[in-house]
Amino acid sequence: MAERLLEVNDLKVRFATEDGIVQAVSGISFELERGKVLGIVGESGSGKSVTAMTLMGLTRGVNAAFEGEVLYKGTDLLEVSDRDMQEYRGNELGMIFQDPMTSLNPVYRIGEQIVEAIQAHERVDKRTARARTIELLRQVGIPNPDTRVDNFPHEFSGGMRQRAMIAMALSCNPSILIADEPTTALDVTIQAQIVELVSRLKDDFNSAVIFITHDLGVIADIADEIIVMYAGRVVERGSKRDVFYDPQMPYTWGLLGSIPRLDRPRPERLHTIEGSPPSLINLPDGCKFRPRCPHAFEKCKAEPGLENRVETPGHFDRCWLDVEFKRSHRDETISGGSAEAA
Amino acid sequence: MTVLEQASESGSAALLEVRHVKKYFPIRKGLLQREVARVHAVDDVSFAVREGETLGLVGESGCGKSTLGRTVVRLLEPTAGEIIFQGTPIQSLGTRRLRPLRREMQMVFQDPYASLNPRKRVGTIVSDPMRIHDLGSRAEQKRRVAEILETVGLSPEHYNRFPHEFSGGQRQRIGIARALALRPKLIIADEPVSALDVSIQSQMLNLLDELQKEFQLTFVFIAHDLGVVRHVSDRIAVMYLGKIVELSPAEELYTRPIMPYTEALLSAVPIPDPDLAEKRERIVLEGDVPSPINPPSGCRFHPRCRYATDVCRQIEPPLADYGNGHLAACHHPLNVDKATLEQVGVSERHSPAEADQSALPQDTSGRSNPAVAPDTRSR
Repeated sequence: MAERLLEVNDLKVRFATEDGIVQAVSGISFELERGKVLGIVGESGSGKSVTAMTLMGLTRGVNAAFEGEVLYKGTDLLEVSDRDMQEYRGNELGMIFQDPMTSLNPVYRIGEQIVEAIQAHERVDKRTARARTIELLRQVGIPNPDTRVDNFPHEFSGGMRQRAMIAMALSCNPSILIADEPTTALDVTIQAQIVELVSRLKDDFNSAVIFITHDLGVIADIADEIIVMYAGRVVERGSKRDVFYDPQMPYTWGLLGSIPRLDRPRPERLHTIEGSPPSLINLPDGCKFRPRCPHAFEKCKAEPGLENRVETPGHFDRCWLDVEFKRSHRDETISGGSAEAA
Repeated sequence: MTVLEQASESGSAALLEVRHVKKYFPIRKGLLQREVARVHAVDDVSFAVREGETLGLVGESGCGKSTLGRTVVRLLEPTAGEIIFQGTPIQSLGTRRLRPLRREMQMVFQDPYASLNPRKRVGTIVSDPMRIHDLGSRAEQKRRVAEILETVGLSPEHYNRFPHEFSGGQRQRIGIARALALRPKLIIADEPVSALDVSIQSQMLNLLDELQKEFQLTFVFIAHDLGVVRHVSDRIAVMYLGKIVELSPAEELYTRPIMPYTEALLSAVPIPDPDLAEKRERIVLEGDVPSPINPPSGCRFHPRCRYATDVCRQIEPPLADYGNGHLAACHHPLNVDKATLEQVGVSERHSPAEADQSALPQDTSGRSNPAVAPDTRSR
């Protein structure tokens, strides 16, 4: 059995703001094993980035309150001191951010920034660190790494900057790579390259990946397990096959239906999830998706628990609807009724 | 007959016609700011947009699609070429004579965070165009703003709010409202949905669809994602390094891409179906778009093209007509049968027999291109 790297138990994150308490994450649990890719999917404001940043210890502050556990190889990262967290960050967990344009310092050369990251964690001299940087740039597919290492970020294209960020995140050989919307700011062609790169590097570095995105299509290729988040909660969780082929949560259907698909005939109208995600300060009662759910009924006034309601073990959802009802009605949402045509 | 004449003839009436437009940006260096090189952002592009249709303009970052969009509405001055809007050549009109025409063509920008002035209220943002063009009294303008806000799915009460009080999707609606304020005929939408979540993206695409029907709008829709463009476009132009390399009726581009670059773009669009995603052939384009300062010789796509041969390196392929309004610039066209190949007179990648086999009319119900969907019946 593969080594379990990360175990998150009922993690809750709250922020005190001028407008009130923001319930950014309200109870999320998952495990991650070496060699696996976990996809976290949801709209802006669903708590997916806060979850990732909390794992990295980046949300700590006077206005933040945490509950639950984040066990990394048995140590609770929420309890670790700020100083010790430095050691985990980079060494054990690496992170790639969404916007490669703003996450590199424009006045330092690419190489210097990666060398700095290596030297922050390991006692190596500059020359060794530089050699390793060049090797890393080669591994992430930067052409002519020995000259490119001395370029400034503005001399790199968007895709190359994201590759450089990935090289930096991997510089200290972390066991877990957290990618927070790494492809959203990029062209589709570059997006495909980056997704492939992440999946290849996962094998090369023998690590695990948490891939955060708002677009289910992006992770159809690489995710092993998928968590769908809404309003700070996990609303569906299961293997890739469960989530794509037997989705149980109407919100997941909506996400699937919103993607314009090339493998299907063009529909008259795209499916949309009406309205917008709820404010995390004033959450609706009952099921948080109820105000936007076309199938909501009386029972939804009470919030359903995250339970296994189907035959497949390990497939959880938060929906009161009858499983058979869902199976017969979801295609209207997912493929706009054109499922027969496919 | 040239390709261009055909393009303009086949339509009912071309609202916008672009003829051999070039836009070069000079690179200046040194004390005297001498021009040392030029960025060939848009290099000899011609197309026509018919009244009421949506033309999708697709390509990667740096292919010149945004520059082209801006040049067409004269936010940038074309280096050469003609832009004909409603029969009037506008490429050299002065500000005064251009202004009434500007009312007829508006833009929606990519970034809903950067394109709205954070210090102005929504009402002012949307009514400013009417004020500038001196349309109606203050009261009328206000009434019109309320009306437009409702049309784009916002509430008239939002009149006095600031942009920061809105989410990304709502801001993009404000941007669309501003573009609609003058009741334009033509809207150039530059990546209007690429900064939005998929769920919000689909709302926006449906909205644009409805607005087009309601106001008989003509759209030029600029995007990098062929999946998104398919949903809104009647015809699609694929750009690469400042040139249009393929221009086709929308559905045909998906079932029968001729240019290998289009094939690669199609194969990069994610498919939310793990089995299909795994099975389909992904053509990964190595590297990035080359620099438009020194574009590659011959066919500009040849350094990244998997079918490239010597002829591609030496001779630039012309934009040839493959019938049915489908134009493409390629020495080794895909999905073309032998008869058409002979007619068009370009070299062929396949032996004639193979060419016939892989040629289109295989399956009229759809997908003959393996890069798009390998086998839809498998599930």
